[in-house]
Amino acid sequence: MLLSANPLEGLEQQIVFGIASGSIYASLALALVLIYRAMEAINFAQGEMATFSTFIAWMLMTTFQWSFWITFPLVVVLSFVGGVALERVVIRPVERAPILTMILVTLGLFSIFNGLSGLIWGYTIRTFPSPFPVSPISLGGVAIGFQDLGLIGVSLLLLFLIYLFFSRTKLGLMMRASALYPQSSRLLGVRVGWMLALGWGLSAAVGAVSGMMVAPVLSLDPNLMQSVLLFAFTAAVLGGIENPFGAVIGGIVVGVLLALVGTYVPHAEDLRLVFGFIVIVLVLLFRPAGLVGRAHVTRV
Amino acid sequence: MHSLLKPGPALWLFLLLLAAIAPLYVLGRFPTLEWAYVWALLIGMIGINILTGYCGQISLGNSAFMAIGGYTTAILIYRAGWNYLLTIPVAGVLASVGGVLLGIPALRLRGIYLATATFALAISAPSVIRHFDQLSGGSQGISIPPAEDPFGLVSSQSLTSEQWLYYMALVIAAALFLFSRALLSTHVGRAFRAIRESETAAVANGVSLAYYKTLAFAISAFYAGVAGSLYAINTAYVSPDSFNVGLSLALVVGAVIGGLGTGIGPILGAAFTVWSPTYTQILFNTKPDIAFGVLLILVMYTMPSGIAGGVYRLWAWYRRQRAAGRPKSGEEGTVQVGKVASPPEVSGPGP
Repeated sequence: MLLSANPLEGLEQQIVFGIASGSIYASLALALVLIYRAMEAINFAQGEMATFSTFIAWMLMTTFQWSFWITFPLVVVLSFVGGVALERVVIRPVERAPILTMILVTLGLFSIFNGLSGLIWGYTIRTFPSPFPVSPISLGGVAIGFQDLGLIGVSLLLLFLIYLFFSRTKLGLMMRASALYPQSSRLLGVRVGWMLALGWGLSAAVGAVSGMMVAPVLSLDPNLMQSVLLFAFTAAVLGGIENPFGAVIGGIVVGVLLALVGTYVPHAEDLRLVFGFIVIVLVLLFRPAGLVGRAHVTRV
Repeated sequence: MHSLLKPGPALWLFLLLLAAIAPLYVLGRFPTLEWAYVWALLIGMIGINILTGYCGQISLGNSAFMAIGGYTTAILIYRAGWNYLLTIPVAGVLASVGGVLLGIPALRLRGIYLATATFALAISAPSVIRHFDQLSGGSQGISIPPAEDPFGLVSSQSLTSEQWLYYMALVIAAALFLFSRALLSTHVGRAFRAIRESETAAVANGVSLAYYKTLAFAISAFYAGVAGSLYAINTAYVSPDSFNVGLSLALVVGAVIGGLGTGIGPILGAAFTVWSPTYTQILFNTKPDIAFGVLLILVMYTMPSGIAGGVYRLWAWYRRQRAAGRPKSGEEGTVQVGKVASPPEVSGPGP
């Protein structure tokens, strides 16, 4: 499983491992949050789309021998375009459809992308090159790999960029407006449909980053992101499903908790996924708005 | 009114008769076995139809209940030497206990949150099975002896073993189908539909949400448990990956394609599985597939109320054409996919 730490190592070490793996969940949770904010839907295909992007990156790097640093931005851009196109073509007809329709359509995408990855690249497990050096550095007696630092850095950077985008750019403001008040926004000349497409594009791009960060740690196969998706759900729910900060905090909390459970509860390796399920249920029961979200009042 | 959707007893009897003689004259050995799976799946889809189609609660986690059913049967046969026929009701009951346990937290979840939580259940179920490998045989799974019929029909060569599996599944599916029809025509069915249409209105009219929602989960899980049990008996083998999230999708998609909230929906959904070869492959491999996804999306675009809803609309249109001008007779609509769940709470302050 993901980043299973050596149980003999100390608490600090476990926490570092936890934060690093939590950053992965956080990055995919950010992708989920972006779509939720745009249209109050959950994209069940988020993980499979990220896997698909990661396979494209893998192909560029192995078949065409491109370097990671050229491949990475290219794949992010490609994923963005793909996400926009997907919204325009597939999601558009059901944009205003009821919740179950939306869920089923994204589950359909889940099937399609999983099948495509398997069809094009096969079910063999591949190694994905890591952009970070392997040697760890020591900080106060705790060994931290560059890999781990890289993961943490990338998700914090993503969060920062998303924050800047939504709070400092006109486009970000238009996206927020069209999510909250689609009709008023339309009256003011915001093209609401395209804002949704933009949300899907951003989300696909963030998912691609997440996939390319996970793949060196876990190995690449068409089911790469399924367990990650579950923990990303957990992270998003824990943080409050519409809050990017919450998603990152949730991801890191989930990562640390998983590392601790893995260390101190015997034979818990197989039960990690159930742990995700239990956390989701508990949070939804006792604090449905999540750790940092605001509760909503419904008028009936 | 007589249409495909409001079939009288005659039509049901005809369908049943057709199903009963098909393996004797029409179906080969392998298709017979495939149809035995279809009947098992039909039971699972009836469960989804009760929960989602009538009570309005989404569950992507019914593969976990099928797992409970399948493993109950396999473990009772393999470790306790039970007769497999006796394990089927036990499988259903144990699964419905699981349904009650899920139903309790699900009382407070709606729409997308319920979908997420049950999806998480489906994803994590195989790993739980693997964890308790002392009992479940871990990733290896459990092989059980092929089912022998108690009447000696197979050994006397009156039936092939596939035909025995077929008839057993058909009889159980028919009985459970009748039970669901009967149940849904009582006050329980009315309470489910009231909850589906509006929880607030249902409560205001004295329907206990806690009781009826938990009941819907329990019944749905019972059906899934029996389906899982039959699946195990048909395959003579269970493994953790037989009950993954793909199976949950197959159940939901079948029920939706057939038409939620209609009696005939699950039957159309199950029959559909045979006409779609990739779908059958999913049953055997439980692996998501491209064609499956494309099909699902296309159905959502064109027939959001499923085949039954589509046929009904066509029929209603035809009647309107014929009786243009005359007042419409009281028609009871089928459920659009949309009607089955209330949208998530409105976010942000109201205008």
